[in-house]
Amino acid sequence: MAEFNSKDTGAFKGVWVFCEQREGVIMSISYQLLSEGRKLANDLGVELCGVVLGSGVKEEYIKALGGYGADKVYYCDHELLKDYTTDGYTKVICDLVEDKKPEIFLIGATNIGRDLGPRCAARLHTGLTADCTHLDVDVEKYKSFLKTTSTIDVDNTAFEVNTNLKMTRPAFGGHLMATIICPRFRPQMSTVRPGVMATQAYDEAGAAKTVVENVPVSLSKDDIHVEILEIKKAAKKMVDLIGADVVVSVGRGISKDPEKGIALAQDLANALGGVVGSSRACVDAGWISADHQVGQTGKTVHPRIYVALGISGAIQHKAGMQDSECIIAVNKNGDAPIFEVASYGIVGDLFKVAPMLTEAIKALKASK
Amino acid sequence: MKAIVCVKQVPDTSGVVAVKEDGTMDRAAMATITNHDDLAAVEAALELKDATGCEVVVVSMGPPPAEGMLRELLAMGADKAVLVSAREFGGSDTYATSQILAAAIKKIGVEQDDVVFCGRQAIDGDTAQVGPQIAEKLHLPQVSYAADVKMEGNALTVKRLLEDGYMMLKVQTPCLITCVKELNTPRYMSVPGIFECYSKPLEVFNYDTLKDDELIDLDTIGLKGSPTNVYKSFSPPVKGAGMMLEGADKATVDQLVGILDGKHII
Repeated sequence: MAEFNSKDTGAFKGVWVFCEQREGVIMSISYQLLSEGRKLANDLGVELCGVVLGSGVKEEYIKALGGYGADKVYYCDHELLKDYTTDGYTKVICDLVEDKKPEIFLIGATNIGRDLGPRCAARLHTGLTADCTHLDVDVEKYKSFLKTTSTIDVDNTAFEVNTNLKMTRPAFGGHLMATIICPRFRPQMSTVRPGVMATQAYDEAGAAKTVVENVPVSLSKDDIHVEILEIKKAAKKMVDLIGADVVVSVGRGISKDPEKGIALAQDLANALGGVVGSSRACVDAGWISADHQVGQTGKTVHPRIYVALGISGAIQHKAGMQDSECIIAVNKNGDAPIFEVASYGIVGDLFKVAPMLTEAIKALKASK
Repeated sequence: MKAIVCVKQVPDTSGVVAVKEDGTMDRAAMATITNHDDLAAVEAALELKDATGCEVVVVSMGPPPAEGMLRELLAMGADKAVLVSAREFGGSDTYATSQILAAAIKKIGVEQDDVVFCGRQAIDGDTAQVGPQIAEKLHLPQVSYAADVKMEGNALTVKRLLEDGYMMLKVQTPCLITCVKELNTPRYMSVPGIFECYSKPLEVFNYDTLKDDELIDLDTIGLKGSPTNVYKSFSPPVKGAGMMLEGADKATVDQLVGILDGKHII
């Protein structure tokens, strides 16, 4: 077969995180990945490096990556790297990987990371696992993870012991989880969706110690075949139920004051970084527009978190949301069928419970 | 000029999900549909055909029953279909799949004014990787997440979605575009289309058809050649065994938020 540098697995060392910036500001997914990468680097006893591509990114932003666990940051500064282009970023990253040879490379599963990751993996001839929700190198840690998240009889199952990156991701709408390895090639690449991994507390001393290496960039206009005409930020977001990470839906339970019920749901959705959905009843009653409707005749969603406020859980509604990863139901009626699919249920009045939930989440986020 | 569209027949994941012993999905045991984003890619190609009269070639890698889906796409208006199917191709991960599809597209032939369309991602794997990986293997520029495509001469202006807005990009043919389903509303098969679809050419590319391409190497395709392998697959604990929290006061809410925080759900 063709010879690939990626086959010489022993030559690769260290954990890397692609730290995406937009308009010179580091995306928060980078901090989440560094926090996760730190654990992997500790387990392997290797360095954790951040990789930043940009133009004139402030030094304090780059140094701050050390505050989330990076020992070192490779900074690639070039005017052609100011905004993302597939060609420019792929070339610079692949050159750097070929030169420094990291064993693990994590990328945020943003619309940019999901364009960049596969292009790089294809060029480097290595595997890439998309949208991982859990990462391990240590088999014992992996086993304890399985004990709480799977139906596998862990103690009576054989596990091959190695330090390959074990990349766990949901498959088929969360019906099944798969742990993927990339044993024969390096780097082992994986993307992780924003919000999946926790961010460690910012460490001032770590930031001060960050080693920043300015990497010489070899890039010219001729390397880039796609021209950026314009970058526009959306003024007001449309309701994107299907793409939403969190959906807070309202049902008939808001009938005594629909306007307030929807406002409370919106507050909770804002606190969780999500959008407002609804059951068919609210749409039919004219309380909310049809684009919010979840269910068989509305949209099918499987967000990470689905909150059902005052929704009884008719089968048509459940069909549209039961594959959500975590379902939280609040309903006055303890026998409501929504509780059959709920991960967590509270029997109570949504007008009282929802604002308390909003406050508690805000308080938690403020403490982080 | 032609538009080549990569299409995948996917299991309807809203139905029963069957899994084989090696951890891969038992596609034969499940109902199938045409992947939604791929239908948007087909429609984009057909709109290009409406405007320019170009040829539309649909290509799919999968087991022989995928022929049924390809006939439907011919009935929608595609001119030619290619089914890439061989035992040697089975079990391929995204990297291996992209090598095989790239070889198939090379066989169809990519000329100066051609466009390759793919769906952004398939609903069974949700990876969004095969499109960009095909582009790399074909050395074509790519634009992913296309929500609007306009063509003038050999230049495409593409609206590429970001989480918080969009980019307007300009790219010359030949290039590869991955489409999101918001791009358009796919047309239905037409009655004359249904009559014609069985007389339109449908070719099968098997291992022998493609084996002379440098990308087709048994060490880099199929289950064995794929860089990634399944280490373990498992079912999450059964849903419905949910937890009912006592009370409906602040303590209850704090307990819930504590659990969600502990599990990194929020």
